[in-house]
Amino acid sequence: MSFDIDVRRRMGPDSEIALRVAAGPGLTALFGRSGVGKTSVLAMVAGLLRPDAGHIRVAGETLFDAARRVDIRTAHRATALVFQDARLFPHYRVRGNLRYGMRRARGPGMSLDEMAAFLGIDHLLDRWPRTLSGGEAQRVAIGRALLSAPRVLLMDEPLAALDMPRRGEVMGLIERVRDEFALPILYVSHDRSEVDRLAGTVVEME
Amino acid sequence: MILSPDEWQIVRLSLRVSGVAVGLTLPVAFGLAYLLARGKFPGRILIDALVHLPLVLPPVVTGWLLLIGFGLRGPIGSRLHDWLGLTLIFRWTGAALAAGIMALPLMVRAIRLSIEAVDRRLEGAARTLGASGWRVFWTITVPLALPGILAGVVLGFARSIGEFGATITFVSNIPGETETLPIAIYAALQVPGSDGAVTRLALISVLLSLGALVISELLSRRAGAGRGGHVL
Repeated sequence: MSFDIDVRRRMGPDSEIALRVAAGPGLTALFGRSGVGKTSVLAMVAGLLRPDAGHIRVAGETLFDAARRVDIRTAHRATALVFQDARLFPHYRVRGNLRYGMRRARGPGMSLDEMAAFLGIDHLLDRWPRTLSGGEAQRVAIGRALLSAPRVLLMDEPLAALDMPRRGEVMGLIERVRDEFALPILYVSHDRSEVDRLAGTVVEME
Repeated sequence: MILSPDEWQIVRLSLRVSGVAVGLTLPVAFGLAYLLARGKFPGRILIDALVHLPLVLPPVVTGWLLLIGFGLRGPIGSRLHDWLGLTLIFRWTGAALAAGIMALPLMVRAIRLSIEAVDRRLEGAARTLGASGWRVFWTITVPLALPGILAGVVLGFARSIGEFGATITFVSNIPGETETLPIAIYAALQVPGSDGAVTRLALISVLLSLGALVISELLSRRAGAGRGGHVL
């Protein structure tokens, strides 16, 4: 089981997120209109937001369990998150961004140069993030996440901020990541066509 | 422009007093700024007000309070003297303390604004990449706040160079020990026929202040070079 998630969290006086997901390997999509709490679910898996109750197990590892008082710290979860807005560190060049999470990398993975070649960003390594286009920035963000040797890749609407041609490019890249890395992916989107093309499992949130 | 040896000594003393004042105040100012920018605790408003007090209090009152607290019989001054053999009153170290206290609000303000401007979502992103709180602090928070920290340092330095009221109240005017630029200018103004000295010292003051402001501008430009604002 790649994902075994059962969480509840009160977000405001009259809104609550309650979600149950059990999914196997591959790409699992959380699908639903915006504002339904998809991003909050990712934040809970990553440890940036604390559920009120429930548990989060990823690839056999318990990251959070309210009943058993397990709450692994964000930094130790190895749940790399790709944000909608790339969220690159503006004071590091592309190379520095890619290298940022590599410290904890366990075992032999891809080297930085191999990853850059895989993502087609080897010509961007010395650039500053603010000089990148949206699609380039998103590739770097994906590379940064993968290089941190995560146990799961969380993606929060990674295509939403891109124009049509870039969407196609990055979507192709995500397919390659899905197929070539043995990595469960939890993917949030409000776009039906995107989800249909990418996901093996779709969880609809209401 | 030729300065006499005495005047050089005044300039050197002023630089030393201000340098020590800013160097010692910086960690305190950063800590307070961080607390005020990020902390959520009762009494925050009170700390905020206390930090800003030297900005609005008559400097002579600040000097008097230092005299009471750090004088030889003062609760802090007597202990510093007995335990560490450190005397502040009538010494250049006391002038540095007075200048540091007067510079504190400006430094806290500049640093706090820059910490508040740091995009906390970048810190979250760093944590998901495995960075510890300590590493996030040193690799994300501090570098992104650096332009404001440097601006705070330069502002604090300029403020220290100009410090007069609290200093003369606390450590008086002792040539060679506590006679900084503004105090020397004031003293020279009391002596008929010392227009030359006053002009020279005043010019030095203007140059130092101007230099500080230019340096601050250059530093913050350099810190921002190549990266611009936050990535969205």
